[in-house]
Amino acid sequence: MTVLLTLGIIVFVAIAIWQMVKIFDLAQVGSNDNNQVATDKDNKVNGYLMIAFLIFIYAITIYSFAKWGDLPLVSNSASAHGPTIDNLMIASMIIIFIVQTITQFLLHYFAYKYKGEKGRKALFYADNNTLEAVWTIIPVIVLAGLIISGLFAWTNIMNPDFEDEDPLVVELYAQQFNWKARYAGSDNVLGNANVRLIDNDRANILGLDESDPNAQDDVIVTELHLPVNRPVLFKMRSQDVLHSAYMPHFRAQMNCVPGMVTQFSFTPTITTQEMRENPDMQDKVANINKIRLENQADVLERGQELRYEFDYLLLCNKICGKSHYNMQMKIIVETQEEFDEWMSQQTVFENSLN
Amino acid sequence: MSATAETHVHDDHEHHHKETFVTKYIFSQDHKMIAKQYLITGSIMGVIGILMSLIFRMQLAWPEKPNVIFEALLGKWAPGGVMDADIYLALVTIHGTIMVFFVLTAGLSGTFSNLLIPLQIGARDMASGFLNMVSYWLFFVSSVIMILSLFVEAGPAAAGWTIYPPLSALPMAQGGSGAGMTLWLVSMAIFIASSLLGSLNYIVTVINLRTKGMSMTRLPLTIWAFFVTAIIGVISFPVLLSAALLLIMDRSFGTSFFLSDIFIQGEVLHYQGGSPVLFEHLFWFLGHPEVYIVLLPALGITSEIIATNSRKPIFGYRAMVASILAIAFLSTIVWGHHMFISGMNPFLGSVFTFTTLLIAIPSAVKAFNYITTLWKGNLQLNPAMLFSIGLVSTFITGGLTGIILGDSALDINVHDTYFVVAHFHLVMGISALYGMFAGIYHWFPKMFGRMLNKNLGYVHFWVTAVSAYGVFFPMHFIGMAGLPRRYYTNTAFPLFDDLANVNVVITVFALIGGVFQLVFMYNFIHSIFYGKKATQNPWRSNTLEWTTPVKHIHGNWPGAIPEVHRWSYDYSKPGHDDDFVPQNVPLKEGEEELQH
Repeated sequence: MTVLLTLGIIVFVAIAIWQMVKIFDLAQVGSNDNNQVATDKDNKVNGYLMIAFLIFIYAITIYSFAKWGDLPLVSNSASAHGPTIDNLMIASMIIIFIVQTITQFLLHYFAYKYKGEKGRKALFYADNNTLEAVWTIIPVIVLAGLIISGLFAWTNIMNPDFEDEDPLVVELYAQQFNWKARYAGSDNVLGNANVRLIDNDRANILGLDESDPNAQDDVIVTELHLPVNRPVLFKMRSQDVLHSAYMPHFRAQMNCVPGMVTQFSFTPTITTQEMRENPDMQDKVANINKIRLENQADVLERGQELRYEFDYLLLCNKICGKSHYNMQMKIIVETQEEFDEWMSQQTVFENSLN
Repeated sequence: MSATAETHVHDDHEHHHKETFVTKYIFSQDHKMIAKQYLITGSIMGVIGILMSLIFRMQLAWPEKPNVIFEALLGKWAPGGVMDADIYLALVTIHGTIMVFFVLTAGLSGTFSNLLIPLQIGARDMASGFLNMVSYWLFFVSSVIMILSLFVEAGPAAAGWTIYPPLSALPMAQGGSGAGMTLWLVSMAIFIASSLLGSLNYIVTVINLRTKGMSMTRLPLTIWAFFVTAIIGVISFPVLLSAALLLIMDRSFGTSFFLSDIFIQGEVLHYQGGSPVLFEHLFWFLGHPEVYIVLLPALGITSEIIATNSRKPIFGYRAMVASILAIAFLSTIVWGHHMFISGMNPFLGSVFTFTTLLIAIPSAVKAFNYITTLWKGNLQLNPAMLFSIGLVSTFITGGLTGIILGDSALDINVHDTYFVVAHFHLVMGISALYGMFAGIYHWFPKMFGRMLNKNLGYVHFWVTAVSAYGVFFPMHFIGMAGLPRRYYTNTAFPLFDDLANVNVVITVFALIGGVFQLVFMYNFIHSIFYGKKATQNPWRSNTLEWTTPVKHIHGNWPGAIPEVHRWSYDYSKPGHDDDFVPQNVPLKEGEEELQH
């Protein structure tokens, strides 16, 4: 139906263009002075359109911010460093908003105000060093502020200081087109691994070194559980192509590169349960469920549950092939007790081999 | 025109005679004909590239739905009209490649550098007409190969226009990484050769063939922009060529430059010791300057058109030149901002954040100078002028979000989301496209001796301007909501269900904008044959190209090359009756040339 509608619109627009072209062509017959250079009338009409366009830009800006600017994914970060990024983002957005509003106003207003008229002469004004110094120095100051705060945030995020706290070490392992997580076990040290050691017959799917004592207590799972308020140090690996471990709710992302181990660290601060009870999130989920109910047939055809319930997710965010769009892993943030309980039910590596 | 015209008839171009159809229209060595060839070829590639984007936009708006358009255009890739995931990635890849390289590099630079460099500096032709011809035909061959790659059995290249290995290196990783990727690499290698020949020619011509009196400080900003663009191209394109050659070695000869420790489809591959991050460095060492290779010519064109149509000198000529040079320099030391989360040392991320945000300074200077040029002007709102103002508008809107993406801490969460797509489409895609349209509207009379219909031009501009913002403004927000780019459909994530309607809005605007390009195509083709005949200097402009006769001749000027006595921005200069004083008009007695 939508397709037919689209086609209909395209045909309609095409006919409209064709008609318009004819009208313009006919309108030009008989006007010999029309040399296709803008006249005062053209300047006037387009001058007014400039103002209309300025209003359009403001309207679409305000509408977009009002309608989509407060998505719970943008606010409500679920990691310790999240608010730093969010605040910096908001500060940058405010600066952008101000600069955008002013410059677009000047640009379009001048285009309207100084629209050409026969007989008027423009001001011969080629240079002003003071003015130029002003609009060189102002960006320098603003950018210096942004650069400094950005660099502090970046350094803190990328070089985490765990103090005395022992971070939970977790390996994120990417392959076309799924994720696995490996916990370091009771010694909290990941065993050595290399894709050359992969032995599917023995169910050694991540290529762990079977002779490494550190590997024996490692735990490999397909659903990521994290205890709340404990720093997690992720070590990323990929076995085939580039992937990117993107955890938007935690403001976290790092590429997974075959042949090397990359890392990223954050501290989850809000459990899945708490996030589900967050009023913003409940609104969002209710809205999504309303949409899903309206498109019930499509949702069921996809083989999905009709009812959506919020969960943190790990997404692949680096093009990796055919099913890139569906490479995901659920993340569950829970209390330490729940985490320990869950962990005790998992099989350690040495017992998982065939 | 020069008073001494009769005395120097045909001094250095006597050997140009006996034009056959082949030497005039096909293997032409005349820069004006080569410019037209670039324009036509680039436009055809542009139509293909834009059509591809409309196809995958429809997929994103109405995923998994049978679509008769898909069935008709994609054939076996859309069984029953439902698009295949592989071809989605291929369309995204080839759309990016075509638009960035074939349309906005070759189509834009190739057309206007070729047309304007000799005409505006006062030269008979390019330094080497032969190399110029070879450059075009290499571009043509690479275009043909790129289009042919669409018809490969296993599908065209589909690893994204950045073709990061290992995805692009391993045929078993993706259908498109087989013969399709081979053709992509061959096509790009030839394209780079074409681009280098062109750039060298532009540089040599600007340095050596300027007419008497045309000092570097009297050059129109268009020429400055083309000149610096060519220099950036010569510095950075060879690096991409080396990356492409090394990738070919990895793919076909078993080397391990970019590959290591790979287990795929049940077997370990022999590659050992290489790194995909190395490829990313090589790619972006071109990839980022490429943004400015695309953008600077558009800004140069805009400078010329805004000054002419404001009937005012461009404000801050020296600052404009300085900012072009500053942008060119900075553009070669910022590539790492594409790689903040690639796994490279975070300290490098800090360095690249610093250099990247510095680029905002010369960019801001340019934007403010354009706005000040409008101030107290007498604006002739011709279609070319509208597109130039539109360019400044999208350049600001798109450029501003760059300070978010260039900030490594903020990039973590919006990297590779639709926020990035919206940002670079506005700042480089739409801006450069507007620059190209502005150039076509402005110099169409010079190219074809006829005028484009202005009313159709107005319709074209306003609908394009509204739909461009309609497409890319909302796109920022779905990016901030965490929606990754290059997803064939978002339906695998119920989390994003509430963004589906935004995708429909975007697609509807895209379709409207796309369909209205037909207005331009009609205007363009119709006007070549039936447009109003152009006068010699329809926009009352100062630059030298308007002193040549409307009908093209070899060697550009029938008599001697005009001598230049002033810069090109003497618009509305006090003491002159007309509001423009062409560059070849000598200074009046007592008149001082502006010390700009």
